[in-house]
Amino acid sequence: MVSGLTVSERQWGMAILVILAFIGLAMAAAGASRADPMQAHGFIVLLFSLAVLGVLLRGFFAPEPPETRLESYYDDPSKVGIVVAMVWAVFAMFVGDWVAWLLAFPDLTFDAAWSSFGRLRPVHTTGIIFGFGGNALIATSFHVMQRTSRARMPDQFSPWFVLIGYNLFCILAVTGYFMGITQSKEYAEPEWYADIWLVIVWVTYLLLYLRTLARRKEPHIYVANWYYLAFIIVVAILHIVNNLAVPASFAGVKSYSLFSGVQDAMTQWWYGHNAVAFFLTAGFLGMLYYYLPKRAERPIYSYRMSIIGFWGITFFYMWAGSHHLHYTALPQWVQTLGMTFSVMLLVPSWIAAANALLTLNGAWHKVRDDATLRFMMMAAVFYGLSTFEGSFMAIRSVNALSHYTDWTIGHVHAGAMGWVALITFGSIYAVVPWLWKRERMYSPALVEVHFWLALAGTLIYVFAMWNSGIIQGLMWRTYNDSGTLTYSFLDSMVAMHPYYVARAIGGLLFLIGAVVGCYNIWMTIRRPEHTSAPSGDAPFPSTLQPAE
Amino acid sequence: MFGTHYRLERKSIVLAVAIMVVASIGGLIEIAPLFTIDETVETDPDMRVYTPLELAGRNIYIREGCYACHSQMIRTLQDEVERYGPYSLAVESKYDHPMLWGSKRTGPDLARVGGKYSDQWHAAHLRNPRDVVPESIMPRYPWLDETPLHTSHLGDDLRALRKVGVPYTDDMIANASADAVAQASPDDDTAGLVERYGDATQIRAFDGDQRTVSEMDALVAYLQILGKLSTVPHQAAATTPVVPPVTER
Repeated sequence: MVSGLTVSERQWGMAILVILAFIGLAMAAAGASRADPMQAHGFIVLLFSLAVLGVLLRGFFAPEPPETRLESYYDDPSKVGIVVAMVWAVFAMFVGDWVAWLLAFPDLTFDAAWSSFGRLRPVHTTGIIFGFGGNALIATSFHVMQRTSRARMPDQFSPWFVLIGYNLFCILAVTGYFMGITQSKEYAEPEWYADIWLVIVWVTYLLLYLRTLARRKEPHIYVANWYYLAFIIVVAILHIVNNLAVPASFAGVKSYSLFSGVQDAMTQWWYGHNAVAFFLTAGFLGMLYYYLPKRAERPIYSYRMSIIGFWGITFFYMWAGSHHLHYTALPQWVQTLGMTFSVMLLVPSWIAAANALLTLNGAWHKVRDDATLRFMMMAAVFYGLSTFEGSFMAIRSVNALSHYTDWTIGHVHAGAMGWVALITFGSIYAVVPWLWKRERMYSPALVEVHFWLALAGTLIYVFAMWNSGIIQGLMWRTYNDSGTLTYSFLDSMVAMHPYYVARAIGGLLFLIGAVVGCYNIWMTIRRPEHTSAPSGDAPFPSTLQPAE
Repeated sequence: MFGTHYRLERKSIVLAVAIMVVASIGGLIEIAPLFTIDETVETDPDMRVYTPLELAGRNIYIREGCYACHSQMIRTLQDEVERYGPYSLAVESKYDHPMLWGSKRTGPDLARVGGKYSDQWHAAHLRNPRDVVPESIMPRYPWLDETPLHTSHLGDDLRALRKVGVPYTDDMIANASADAVAQASPDDDTAGLVERYGDATQIRAFDGDQRTVSEMDALVAYLQILGKLSTVPHQAAATTPVVPPVTER
């Protein structure tokens, strides 16, 4: 893969990695001066840079790649991104299932700080959202933007910088939680230096996307790219605003957020809810809008529904965050606005889901026979269900019951497992044979097995959490005849035990499915390259088309 | 409308700017006024700041991810007020950078846990929750007792907090490390600490061990101050109605 880079791109890579190694060294020295965990993170940055440098050096002196490379799409970063995404998936799902078991059997862990629930929990959330989800989004966006623009990326350096730099961020985040480095802002836990690094990576990502679009041979920008663009742009805005902080020292990891109390809470949930909206929804809708019609071999059902869905989601979602703060010290006018927009949000959400499902009209027999397409169809169904549930839970009086309970956890996982993970697995099963030029996945039967494991796991998980959440909420508010509260908090906690066990079993099924998926992908990659039959992937445009 | 879009989607920069504008409106309208409307945060001239030891304890609370299972925000619902105490006001987390309102109650709310249990109970509970609450599913934190608290750089923490708006004085910043040690050492000279942070400052060997200042000291000191930084919620509770229970008896 290194030999595919031009000599100057290899030199750029070398320069950046050497600088990064020195930054790591400086961090380690600064941290050591005050016995701060910054020291460990400095060494991690250093080792990471040296490891990548080692890979680079192995191909550094290869001859300049031939000019014919410019006559095809550049897919090496997508291939690596997909493999890395699956590694993150298995790791983070394993940690997720572990913490699920911990809630049923709290001593099922090591007698060490790093392995306690509070430190493992963000490892799970970050590993899934940013490790698995983020890498899958980056990898597929590279694939989709080139195909829908019918243009190769402008250079080969930026995509690697984005992918590798992004994974450095994820590694800093996750290793940090094990050591207790966290800002405590949910889904924005990494500390200030990791946040700054992500900004650099993310701006490069945006520029790469815009530069590729600028080279497009297609006058219109396809709808999948609108979503990927919204994902990149809005996540940048959210990330920067929510992470504004003052470090206690530039030689230490600790920082204090710029905002406090009620303003901080509102900013955090404006971020938190829109991380769901623009990371976990917009980005994956980009995936859906490309891979579902490609796999079904049907055009998107409605252009107008695409437009209304897209702008509705982009506009309405940003108001919805305050529904996380009903009945709190947040002024009521903000709560009411949040609730109102959350309910209205159902319209564009269902338009997007309906547009996906109606695209399958005329291809339902393929949904029956093809587990890959069924992954995508089921994802759209779960997207519709969980956006309905979300709007419902945002209603103040419903939220009075559901907030602080496991119902929220169930809702999040209906979205994360049912929508995000299923669309990702479906897209990966579609794109792996295209990227590696194989006729099909190694085993369609194993895709089928994965589908049923994932669906069963999701359903068990979500039903367990609906039960536990609603029971919890009801027990907390039940009064007896004398007008006092019937149940102690402990009573409600003890009542959760069977549901926590069920949830952990559901998670385990989902994890086994992901492992089966990894095996299948690995065996597909090891199969010999397929040359004759059409791969289904969009071909690179020949230079002689007169219409251009 | 669709004709306009037909042209818009042919220009990547215009599309990107449009996304930026459309996505910014909601946040601007909901967040910016929270900084300018005075009624958003109640006033409390007697509001206390965290002492260095309590702040260190708060940072341990953050480090261990306690906020993932414990909220610090009592909602204006009658059952919550009866279970946990007067509902939380914005002013109480005025100096919380970041806030720790939380989003999940795997364990109970902690907004008013200060003074509810003894130091001994907290220390025993943190060492192994199942020693005092057999059904508990909380993790054990036995290492807190054995880990000495890092106090040498607490001045940096106070200085950073002052930059973001917490009224720490030069005196407080200069004496941060000594004050942290003094608060957990009742036999030492604590006059300076009391002078800086007020008579209500709790000075005890929180972990039951006079000789060292451990992370347990800091965390228990923090838990014991929760809900006690301001007295305004207790005054407001008498006058403001809460949402009545909805469940049938």
